[in-house]
Amino acid sequence: MSIYLKKGRKIMKKIFSILLTIFIPLSFTNVSKAGSHMEAEVIHWWTSGGEQAAISEFAKAWEEMGNTWIDTAITGGDNARGTTVNRIIGGNPPTAAQFNVSKQFVDLVEQGLLQSLEEVASAEGWRDFIYPPELIETCEFEGEFYCVPVNIHSWQWMWINNDVYKKVGLPVPQTFEEFLAGAPKIQEAGIIPLALGGQGWQESGMFDVVASSIMGFPLMQSIYRDKDLDAFRDGRFESVLNTYRELNQFTDEGSPGRLWNDTTAMVIEGKAAMQVMGDWARGEFAVAGKEAMVDYSCVIPGKEKYVALGGDVFVFPKNDDPKVKDAQLAMASMMVNQTVQAKFNNAKGSLPMRLDVDTSAADACMQMGLDLIQNPDAIMRESDDWNTPAFTAAWGDIISEFRNDPNYTVAQVMDDLEGVLTSGL
Amino acid sequence: MPFYRNIAAKIALLPMIVISLTVFVGCIIYSFVYSLTNSKLVPVMNYVGFDQYDRLFKQRKWDVAVENIFIYGFVFTVGCLIIGFLLAVLIDQKIRGESLFRTIFLYPYAMSFVVTGLVWKWVLNPTFGLENSMHMWGMTWFELDWLVNRDLAIYAVCIAAVWQGAGFVMVLMLAGLRGIDEDIWKSLSIEGVAKWKSYIFVILPMLRPMVVTAIVLIAAGVVKVYDLILALTSGGPGYATTTPAMYVMENFFSRANLGQAFAASIIMFISVVCILAPWAFYEFYLRNKYANN
Repeated sequence: MSIYLKKGRKIMKKIFSILLTIFIPLSFTNVSKAGSHMEAEVIHWWTSGGEQAAISEFAKAWEEMGNTWIDTAITGGDNARGTTVNRIIGGNPPTAAQFNVSKQFVDLVEQGLLQSLEEVASAEGWRDFIYPPELIETCEFEGEFYCVPVNIHSWQWMWINNDVYKKVGLPVPQTFEEFLAGAPKIQEAGIIPLALGGQGWQESGMFDVVASSIMGFPLMQSIYRDKDLDAFRDGRFESVLNTYRELNQFTDEGSPGRLWNDTTAMVIEGKAAMQVMGDWARGEFAVAGKEAMVDYSCVIPGKEKYVALGGDVFVFPKNDDPKVKDAQLAMASMMVNQTVQAKFNNAKGSLPMRLDVDTSAADACMQMGLDLIQNPDAIMRESDDWNTPAFTAAWGDIISEFRNDPNYTVAQVMDDLEGVLTSGL
Repeated sequence: MPFYRNIAAKIALLPMIVISLTVFVGCIIYSFVYSLTNSKLVPVMNYVGFDQYDRLFKQRKWDVAVENIFIYGFVFTVGCLIIGFLLAVLIDQKIRGESLFRTIFLYPYAMSFVVTGLVWKWVLNPTFGLENSMHMWGMTWFELDWLVNRDLAIYAVCIAAVWQGAGFVMVLMLAGLRGIDEDIWKSLSIEGVAKWKSYIFVILPMLRPMVVTAIVLIAAGVVKVYDLILALTSGGPGYATTTPAMYVMENFFSRANLGQAFAASIIMFISVVCILAPWAFYEFYLRNKYANN
């Protein structure tokens, strides 16, 4: 009886995963060459120009080792991660797959579906050179490495059009308070003070930047990580909500649904004064031929400046084939290699995950991040380092609703957020 | 009835029966079983009772989603029927260039919902759409902010959907109108009945099969609405235009919250059954009974 049940469950799992895969838009780009030692299929979501240049640095390095790289690029992180999970459950896992620095893949580790990289990690001494050490925490489960961090992306930036501030005769703001003080004057000049794309991830991303710059990282940590309700209720979180609501008066009505890069373009063109966005926005300024600190300013808002530890990791799903394991360990070792790291991060515009990497090509903004990250006190974690996607999404829903519904009071929001904190999601 | 009667037909039907049982019934049972677990990224058998359902009904977002599907369902169905019928009646007036108009009105139906969504997204966008054009033509009083207004955004979705669906209803109705016997029209004109009265009180009841077909087809489209909203508003502003189907998909994929997604889909399934059961009862049981009598 139990055999049949087990079999039935397996079949159902298969059918389920096939059904799911059908509903996911896939785009396969297969590059295969015959006559090499190892073959590796990599699922990732790096499809924009700069991102493709970055992933092809990995592919190049892999092929120089005499191996074959099968590129499975899937548009959109959600889709790519969904495909990875379905293929693992369906019994056809890729060699490597991209995730974010977060808890997105914890379930996979707990179910024993990922390959431990401890062999190569301890042999090469990853724990000695991976910087900052928080990245090790993300990848380490019960003393073993299960993922490879490849870069660091920080959300903590205000991107400011310098010409706009020159035109209205104001200095470039360094904090949200200064920005708010100058915003009415910018509005009078017919310019949108705050460019914000009204998509959930952009709204909650900006919220966390406002939160960390106003209440500081330690308090944020006790709320997001420790779920400390006293800290949550001590008044400072309310003031973050109030500031966030104030900021939202200065957006335009075209905001709902706007993509982040279209929003960045508004700042580049001088239609808007400022956008809060991660350091991937720098690429947009670079493509438009703008120079850091001349045409535009990048400001880490607040008196205490933080660099957030966002970024990407690769995981390696377990495979019955021992050859695949060899390929996985070889690829993991390649990804943390100094030269590969330098090339990859210069193409991506992100910070490397080790300090001994050549970053001479960095521009003024990237240099600011590089300087800051060397100070351990300035390193900030994000909510999704501690919380499941379900938690961060439920939290983000409330923040997004708070932004869009003026009748949603701060008191109500506090109660609803407390509900998420205590939900055990 | 002996088992071997029509044995060939039964064998031919076997694959279909097996597929229906495993795929439909099997998946429903699978979904229900796992909706009782706290599965996150991967399905795990970790029984938590009806916690997922409890959590689901406490979600403000789910309430909004359910409310939206009712608004959408009502406005879309009624809008399509009224506008489709009106268009059909107008075209039925033996006008010149009938086939041209028919093509124009039916054309939106040939488009995918994604295209419809994007087109209306641009038209209704206040910063570069119709509102902006009107302002540039000097009509600064003109305001069309439905898409970014959280109370009206769902109606903007309905407009786009009706735009796409009305042409199809028109064609169905037109086919019905063409099937009306000329003698009926003659007798109506002899009796001196006003034209609009004859359409509403005589012709429309005769078109009942067409209306029923249209309603069934439209209703099927209502439950599965997903792509249109994703392209038009992505559920925004905030989550003002989210629907149950979107809620399920979101929890399946981006939120890695399988248990919650299963619970929501089971609730969707139950509500569809509740709506369909009385109809199926009538169609397959009562009608046969009367027919046999």
